[in-house]
Amino acid sequence: MKRFYLPLAIFVPLIFLLFAGLKIDPDLVPSPLIGKAAPGFSLPQLQDTSRRISPQDFRGQVWVLNVWASWCTACVEEHPRIMRYLKDEVVLVGLNYKDQNDAALEWLENWGDPYTVSIIDSGGRAGLDWGVYGVPETFVIDKEGKIRYKHIGPLANVDIIKHIIPLVRRLNG
Amino acid sequence: MVRKLICIAMLIVVAPGAQAVFQPQVFDSVEHEQRYMRLLNELRCLVCQNQTLADSNADLAIDMRAAISKMVRDDASDVQIIKFMVDRYGDFVRYRPPLDARTALLWVGPFLLVVAALAYVVRVGRSQKKVALSDAQISDAKRILDQ
Repeated sequence: MKRFYLPLAIFVPLIFLLFAGLKIDPDLVPSPLIGKAAPGFSLPQLQDTSRRISPQDFRGQVWVLNVWASWCTACVEEHPRIMRYLKDEVVLVGLNYKDQNDAALEWLENWGDPYTVSIIDSGGRAGLDWGVYGVPETFVIDKEGKIRYKHIGPLANVDIIKHIIPLVRRLNG
Repeated sequence: MVRKLICIAMLIVVAPGAQAVFQPQVFDSVEHEQRYMRLLNELRCLVCQNQTLADSNADLAIDMRAAISKMVRDDASDVQIIKFMVDRYGDFVRYRPPLDARTALLWVGPFLLVVAALAYVVRVGRSQKKVALSDAQISDAKRILDQ
């Protein structure tokens, strides 16, 4: 009996380790940007391309950046939740990523426009600077302009209600 | 047989298309081109995670390649270019993660396992005690063997 102790002592923790590994989603890459200053940009506004918007415009406010595109099917999935829970809760900036302006405008017309302001990143350069790799993505930025939270993929109700809204309220103090 | 030939013929028709994965960048110097290709093979495409930037044809990989080719043209060093990508996408973007506290086990782990296995083999080898025989038994054995 005694000779089984050592293999068992190795085997049991290994099983737990492997089970824990199953719960990790390899598609979710932790962002190195959390806790760092939001990368700068100066992008035209979707409805009035002569106007440019930069992160400095939101200094002193807590704001949420939602990266979306009209070609992105998962964006349609999260959209009603954004309309319902985030629209009136926070300064919500919509970053239209690698899209056509008229397609983007039509999409907002169809599904509703929850954004305080919409900006366009047709070349994807701002997206690259923000480490975007899977649209939709959502960031929470604090009053000092630091990124505090990032969500990759469509927002579920629980992400908004359990994570984003409490964080926004806490940051607003 | 005919079917096989048709199959082969179809593959020959399709194959050139399959190769046209990406548009090569044109560089002024061979050195720039070699650095560009080396960097593409060092970095991961985050959309299709088991492909390098050189292999992937995802939209994001195209953007990342464009950013790298611009930096190579502007004579940014390899360290600067890799830092640019790591700042945005984290260490995961590198195929060879740096050696630090978080990755130490990853790098040293295999060597630790080899050492542990060797130690185990030595220990087991030593514990196999030689069987002591009495003089009578030895002379018995000799007698049997000499027969």
